Amino acid sequence: MHSSFPSPLELQLRALLAQRILILDGAMGTMIQQYKLTEADYRGTRFADFAAPPGQRELFVKGNNELLTLTQPQVILEIHEQYLAAGADIIETNTFGATTVAQDDYHMGHLAYEMNFEAAKLAKAACVKYSTPDKPCFVAGALGPTPKTASISPDVNDPAARNVNFDQLVTAYLEQTRGLVAGGADILMVETIFDTLNCKAALFAIDTFFAETKQRLPIMLSGTVTDASGRILSGQTVTAFWHSVRHSKPLTIGLNCALGATLMRPYVEELSTIADTFVCIYPNAGLPNPMSDTGFDETPDVTSSLVKEFAESGFLNVAGGCCGTTPAHINAIYNQIKDVPPRLVPELPQTLKLSGLEPFVIDDDSLFVNVGERTNVTGSKAFAAADYQ
Amino acid sequence: MRRLIINEQYDQALTVARQQVENGAQVIDINMDEGMLDAIKAMTHFLNLIASEPDIARVPIMIDSSKWSVIEAGLKCVQGKAIVNSISMKEGEEAFIHHATLCKRYGAAIIVMAFDEKGQADTFERKTEICKRAYELLVEKLDFPPEDIIFDPNIFAIATGIEEHNNYAVDFINATRWIKENLPYAKISGGVSNVSFSFRGNDPAREAIHTVFLYHAIKAGMTMGIVNAGMMGVYDDLSPELKERVEDVVLNRREDATERMIEIASTLTAGGKKEAATLEWRGTPDAPTPVEKRLSHAMVHGITEFIVEDTEEARQKVANSGGRPIHVIEGPLMDGMNVVGDLFGQGKMFLPQVVKSARVMKQAVAHLIPFIEAEKASDEKRTGIVAKPKGKMVIATVKGDVHDIGKNIVSVVLQCNNFEVVNMGVMVPASEILAMAKAEKADIIGLSGLITPSLEEMTHIAKEMQRDPYFKGLKMPLLIGGATTSRAHTAVKIAPHYDGPIIYVADASRSVSVMQSLLTPESRDAYIAEVATDYEKARTQHANKKGTPMLSIAQARTNKAKLSFTDEHAPVKPKFIGRREIKNADLSIIAQYIDWTPFFQTWDLAGFYPAILNDDVVGDAATKLFAEAQAMLKKIIEGRWLTANGVVALLPANTVHDDDIEIYTDESRHNIAFTYYGMRQQTMKPVIDGVARPNQCLADFIAPKESGIPDYIGMFAVTAGLGIEKHVKRFEDAHDDYSSIMLKALADRLAEAFAEYMHERIRTDFWGYAANESLSKEALIKEQYQGIRPAPGYPACPDHTVKPDMFKVLQAEAIDMQLTESFAMSPGAAVSGFYFAHAESKYFSVDKIGEDQLMDMAKRRNLSKEYLERWLAPNLA
Repeated sequence: MHSSFPSPLELQLRALLAQRILILDGAMGTMIQQYKLTEADYRGTRFADFAAPPGQRELFVKGNNELLTLTQPQVILEIHEQYLAAGADIIETNTFGATTVAQDDYHMGHLAYEMNFEAAKLAKAACVKYSTPDKPCFVAGALGPTPKTASISPDVNDPAARNVNFDQLVTAYLEQTRGLVAGGADILMVETIFDTLNCKAALFAIDTFFAETKQRLPIMLSGTVTDASGRILSGQTVTAFWHSVRHSKPLTIGLNCALGATLMRPYVEELSTIADTFVCIYPNAGLPNPMSDTGFDETPDVTSSLVKEFAESGFLNVAGGCCGTTPAHINAIYNQIKDVPPRLVPELPQTLKLSGLEPFVIDDDSLFVNVGERTNVTGSKAFAAADYQ
Repeated sequence: MRRLIINEQYDQALTVARQQVENGAQVIDINMDEGMLDAIKAMTHFLNLIASEPDIARVPIMIDSSKWSVIEAGLKCVQGKAIVNSISMKEGEEAFIHHATLCKRYGAAIIVMAFDEKGQADTFERKTEICKRAYELLVEKLDFPPEDIIFDPNIFAIATGIEEHNNYAVDFINATRWIKENLPYAKISGGVSNVSFSFRGNDPAREAIHTVFLYHAIKAGMTMGIVNAGMMGVYDDLSPELKERVEDVVLNRREDATERMIEIASTLTAGGKKEAATLEWRGTPDAPTPVEKRLSHAMVHGITEFIVEDTEEARQKVANSGGRPIHVIEGPLMDGMNVVGDLFGQGKMFLPQVVKSARVMKQAVAHLIPFIEAEKASDEKRTGIVAKPKGKMVIATVKGDVHDIGKNIVSVVLQCNNFEVVNMGVMVPASEILAMAKAEKADIIGLSGLITPSLEEMTHIAKEMQRDPYFKGLKMPLLIGGATTSRAHTAVKIAPHYDGPIIYVADASRSVSVMQSLLTPESRDAYIAEVATDYEKARTQHANKKGTPMLSIAQARTNKAKLSFTDEHAPVKPKFIGRREIKNADLSIIAQYIDWTPFFQTWDLAGFYPAILNDDVVGDAATKLFAEAQAMLKKIIEGRWLTANGVVALLPANTVHDDDIEIYTDESRHNIAFTYYGMRQQTMKPVIDGVARPNQCLADFIAPKESGIPDYIGMFAVTAGLGIEKHVKRFEDAHDDYSSIMLKALADRLAEAFAEYMHERIRTDFWGYAANESLSKEALIKEQYQGIRPAPGYPACPDHTVKPDMFKVLQAEAIDMQLTESFAMSPGAAVSGFYFAHAESKYFSVDKIGEDQLMDMAKRRNLSKEYLERWLAPNLA
């Protein structure tokens, strides 16, 4: 029943993380863009004639990067190998959008399992090629956020409306998890989290999978702070987010994407203070700039110096890059931080860590906690009159 | 239609949830088990609605249902870490483990009821046995985090008359203690109101029982509970007799405890425990007090509870006898306000009470306005027998200044006295004030300001009025008020610039008589002449005073304070160099540092705290005000109405050229963050015991650069006013100026207290030059510590223009603090200043400086003389 006991692989990773800062790879999407693939390239031969169901808008699949795993696997493999050559210890599978929820937009929901399975296989093949006993390489199976959010209403006039629910997300993520693990993923990585409820659905699916298959893989989690308010899109502060997901006992918790390293710093610092597990940070190469080749401004020198500063401040256990980063960025990060010691995981008191949009901790020093009386829809008169037995 | 009704119910439920959070609920309990609705659907819908309400969603949610399916539906909607209320072994171990496993997978904490296959645990033995069994299953079998387990060992009603029930409270308390000691990290919760169920209908008795029960349960380790905050008192406030009897029954101390409790409970209802519950003034249903008397009573006692219904009753009564809605205002309401005005004039009522009376008046008038307007619209021919105000004033806090507590008090007091007031708010430019005065056909303009640059702005407005034929021709009076204003300043610096009367108003209570004197044709001229004579006297006195001998700035420098910077006075190096932010500081800690004396001054109540509470004259008013301040303070803290942010910087510094302090970015002392240009006392100092007192300057407290001694300086900016606008608006929308003024006054106090608190941390920790200091809060208020924290704009450092540099180095915008064009801080509830550590650094007043110092400073700072003149005007001889 000890389903949360770490696996041998997790113990190996923990031992490595105690020794040095591990390197995660960089962007997949912005690297693919540089291949300037056409609609026909995306379709390959297998999907040359794939069309939307009758009566629906004409389908274009250019931009469905997960499809390339099936149609242009050599491109994906080449990108993986470039990152491994640049010094990455962990590479992420090309599965950010490989869920039924996301693929349904392309009428390709039925391919989701295959995309995950093949993507994990590709990444594993690259790792086998580059792995050495001194520098083992790992595949992180990526579970992306999906284009739909379970906490945010798509309809201004109906705040209770949702275009996806928890159960639908669990089904999609469970299928993704099965595909990734069957294809050879070593780690499950829920990333670019902008709605914690989506993430919790992924964690629910992963734990269900663990219970079913009586195994456990290390979990990495990475949230995205979308603006200077220091909150993720669904409104939680970084600490509240951590409280919401720490039940999954992740190997790493971290932040990626959106702001770029400079603006991320306060939240990275916050997370590294409050998280009693390893911290993984992979920023964008700055803020988006449509005029630049990769769409982002920062050169490898710039991004790597910023990441180095994080490392020297004692914030990091895993570092990599998100949108706009290239193998050159990852190599620069690798070179800059290889001699910087990793962050020490703090030992924190065992307290009840709750959260709404904001964190709330109950510990031995807490005063009596006042729970607001029952709120229900039978109206305020009923509240006043009711006796709460 | 049905859908509509349901939507309305959800809206109401949202309102209830929001109120709970605003009133300090740290977790909210959501239960959908009642009603005719599908509970799963209702739970889902309501939690999705809450997710779109950041004011509610910020706190964790307790998902409450007796049905697992409803709980699970709730868990699928919350992104935060929630609490499940509750699961138990009622249906056996298997179901319990299944539910707990899922709770863990959803990432929720759980409340476990002491309930098993045999039923709900009622005795200590059963409670502890079940909790132990559940704990072991959870922790050992499921690896459930023990800190996420909350036990509810069942609170049952006591004093029911059934003997077996007598020990229920004791059993709960003992079980709580046992869990705390034996089941590590587990928490204890309970539904408190159950305990007093047998006294339903008698709220005072229930409140007393809750109070005593919680007192003991919390001592035993009860962590949390569902409590109606309105049904909880303060343990120490219970009368000894009541406390004894309640404790007898809660702690099951004597056989006749229940009878004795029932006995005293009956007196509680009869006697009416609380002032608010005393409704004698309303009469009885058979013989109600006449509505006019009720209105007057409500007004004098500041009771808003019935004001709308009473006003409506008065309106109908007036209408039935052929009168108009306005007659309610002119009749009973004004009568009531006149009583208030008289009592205030006689010193029998005090400002806080008057402001509360005004709140009652405002709400009554707000109720009548739609009727008055409807009448106007329907009957245009009947021309205006509108209540004619005694006069109209346009009032504003001047450009660059954000302080408006005093101005709002004046507005309220004047309105109570039937003056019409157009309150323009804060930071209002001269042109807008004058334009408004014209548009509104005002009789009088009132200006308010707190910071010294506002004095210059007031002079500017006087000049503008002189320039404008409209004002000059009308000789429209200009009233001047605010903390830094004075009779002397008004007479010397403002009055000479305008032909019309300019009158200094010392405090809000004076404003009525000043207005009256100015607007009564018979008294107007005599009053204006009287003031003019008085101001002439003030100007003569000032001119004579000008004769106090002054040294040249060079002489003053040779007489500077010569401090030692070696041996025991060697500067202490701070623990860190650079800046530190303190965001979202804990207001409950800050509140302990409040100096209450200035709070009472805000309300024109003179005297020192705490002696003022027992003052013969204002004691009662002060005590009541203080109690209400405490109540609001509690809401501010628990409801997190205000955010307190602060930033400090500790930097290397040395004095150069006698008066200036070079502040460096780092210990290399090469890069200058900025130079503080000090102002030095120039008036001739007395010789005491053959030694001339020094002509001081803040720079004297820092080691000179040429000494080679590395010294340090600190800077800070703190605010406790972030987020205040929302609540001020809420009060103002509810016509509740009293609460709005109270909130601002408390925010100011919290900002000052925050500064006090930060200073203590600087001394004992960040800088650490007085690491062993241990002073009481009283001693802190009396400044019995080493070092000072002079603030720009105050006597030791009257120069506001230093603030932009200071704010830049502090990066104050990072904690959401800004400066206005007059260098006032925004939010208004803010303090900034320097830290000096030297044991002999003391507060002093720069007072007047000479033209030579002004010229010298202009040269040192490369600024125009005119610019400095404007900013340093109050200090120029």
